[in-house]
Amino acid sequence: MGNEAKLLETFQKRINAGEKIEPRDWMPERYRRQLIRMMSQHAHSEIVGMLPEGNWITRAPNLRRKMALLAKVQDEAGHGLYLYSATETLGVDRYQLIQDLLEGRAKYSNIFNYPTLTWADVGVIGWFVDGAAIVNQTMLAKTSYGPYARAMIRICKEEAFHKRQGYEICVTLARGTPEQRRMLQDAINRWWWPTLMMFGPPDDQSPNSAELLRWKVKRKTNDELRQHFINITVPQVLALGMTIPDPELRYDEKTGNWLIGPIDWDEFWRVIRGHGPCNRERLRARRKAHEEGAWVREAVQAYARKRQQRAAQPVAAISQE
Amino acid sequence: MNLETLDTAIRPALFEYLLRLGDDALILGHRLSEWCGHGPYLEEDIALANLALDCLGHAEALLTLAGQVEGEGRTADDLAFLRDAYEFRNAQMVELPRGDFAFTIVRQFLFATYACLLYEALQQSVFEPLAGIAAKALKEMRYHLRHSREWIRCLGDGTEESHRRTQNALDELWMYTGELFEVDDTLQTLTQAHIAPDMTALYSAWNAQVMTTLQEATLTVPENPPYMATGGRRGHHTEHLGYLLAEMQFLQRAYPGAKW
Amino acid sequence: MENGLRLWEVFVQSRTGKPHEHVGSVRASHAEMALQHARDVYARRGPVVSIWVVPTEAIYATQPGDEGPFFDPADTKPYRHPLFYKVPHGVKNI
Repeated sequence: MGNEAKLLETFQKRINAGEKIEPRDWMPERYRRQLIRMMSQHAHSEIVGMLPEGNWITRAPNLRRKMALLAKVQDEAGHGLYLYSATETLGVDRYQLIQDLLEGRAKYSNIFNYPTLTWADVGVIGWFVDGAAIVNQTMLAKTSYGPYARAMIRICKEEAFHKRQGYEICVTLARGTPEQRRMLQDAINRWWWPTLMMFGPPDDQSPNSAELLRWKVKRKTNDELRQHFINITVPQVLALGMTIPDPELRYDEKTGNWLIGPIDWDEFWRVIRGHGPCNRERLRARRKAHEEGAWVREAVQAYARKRQQRAAQPVAAISQE
Repeated sequence: MNLETLDTAIRPALFEYLLRLGDDALILGHRLSEWCGHGPYLEEDIALANLALDCLGHAEALLTLAGQVEGEGRTADDLAFLRDAYEFRNAQMVELPRGDFAFTIVRQFLFATYACLLYEALQQSVFEPLAGIAAKALKEMRYHLRHSREWIRCLGDGTEESHRRTQNALDELWMYTGELFEVDDTLQTLTQAHIAPDMTALYSAWNAQVMTTLQEATLTVPENPPYMATGGRRGHHTEHLGYLLAEMQFLQRAYPGAKW
Repeated sequence: MENGLRLWEVFVQSRTGKPHEHVGSVRASHAEMALQHARDVYARRGPVVSIWVVPTEAIYATQPGDEGPFFDPADTKPYRHPLFYKVPHGVKNI
């Protein structure tokens, strides 16, 4: 125990000095478990997040939009993979993590349980949801766990185009026909509040925050990140001549913050616990892809085994002579 | 020969030919894009999206050129999103639903083998803009071939189930291969003008390459197929194309003239 | 583990003359597939001129506890560094 306390002290000193923790370093079991939880949730969110936008790849209105959207959704698969890959450095198996997701034991971001109804949703997701993700991920690029930080740096670089892609769609709609403007306003109305919930529960109800901040896994609180997002996004909405669905929204001269009305946290917890509009559909789609892929994964492994055996055969033949 | 020096008499045939090439790429790219988010595992999901993006890129280049050759001011988007099924010139093979992973891989392999040979030959086309597109597309199609060839070996020579699925896919797809090598007046005109290659030579190379890989993959080609599908190049398609277009063209059709 | 494809570490070279850098990992049944997956996952945005894939279990590495014995002795050998040696003022190209 004395030894453990000493290790813990050295660990905290390294964190305080801004050092990165690498996979083989000693770390408190709880640090490891918190990272696995956070990183795998993050990975699951990327993978489930492919579905709502993926719906629109086959319906994108022109070739440029189609290719951009496909490349974006593909990036999400890539980012999920980077994150699973980083999580695996903590000694867990990707297939176990995926199993946890498919069997409903793992969480993922609330936002992907809402439906994409119109093309404007694709624009607003890129703008709001990726915008919110970038705020969060920019912080995580400085996280104390080396593989997580490296994955986030890579992801941040690649995601630079996602938000612009979304905003460009919205600008085009805002400058378009009255129908297109209505479509855009409707999407903003539906996505605004769920996007704000993405940052997680308020600080006084966030049980993990203090520990994660002490270990520099996170560097800012949920409310700080949320406020930053609101401050940069409100002017962007207004610039398009659109409105925000919050009668209490006001600018506070003193702090320079845009202040919002109350967030419906009951909705957040309902969605997180599996009862959002699309939770069942999303998991069903993931499960279907996984099950339909089972024979493929078995086939490549069978093939690899056969090849290995064949490569070994000539040697055996020689030794028999 | 380029757009300026192009003989007026040959324009209609060349336009028609570019639609065939462009529509093949567009419709195949669309089918491949349907896999995004539904692949057998994450790495392969990403791979399939790459293939789709390549094809859509080729489609954009080829249809843009088609519009320029036609000379009526139609863009690649006009051609992709505002023609009806009977005006599409793709081979029927590429419009068939994506099926299971074996079906997608077999189609990809048969098509990529053909496309590599075709683009290789088209690099020599006297119509320079087409030779340029072919040179660029060839690089990407070579990767498609490497990818699908490795997969077809894995699936054909993997488990009993994967072998059965892959053989079924091959049996189903084989009757759609004939169309890739059909020669009609349009093609003859272009072959004589050294714009398009001789399809007979292409076919024997294709056949030899396909047979070699299929043999490695322990797969067999249906003997004496009773019927080879035809019609795509004249706008006669399977029922599947209509549904595909209904989905793909929905926004352009529902909001005529809107910018996106 | 059911469907557990092998884990491979991926190293990418962005230009000839530069070292291969570790970028992450992929899951694949065998080497050619691992290479293709690495290409699709880690070389989507160039520039990449070369990729290595290595089975993760083939990597033999130092342990954090090795830090002292493995790396500290390097600190005490200043004669490996050029500034250890004195050169008279005005002499160039040494």
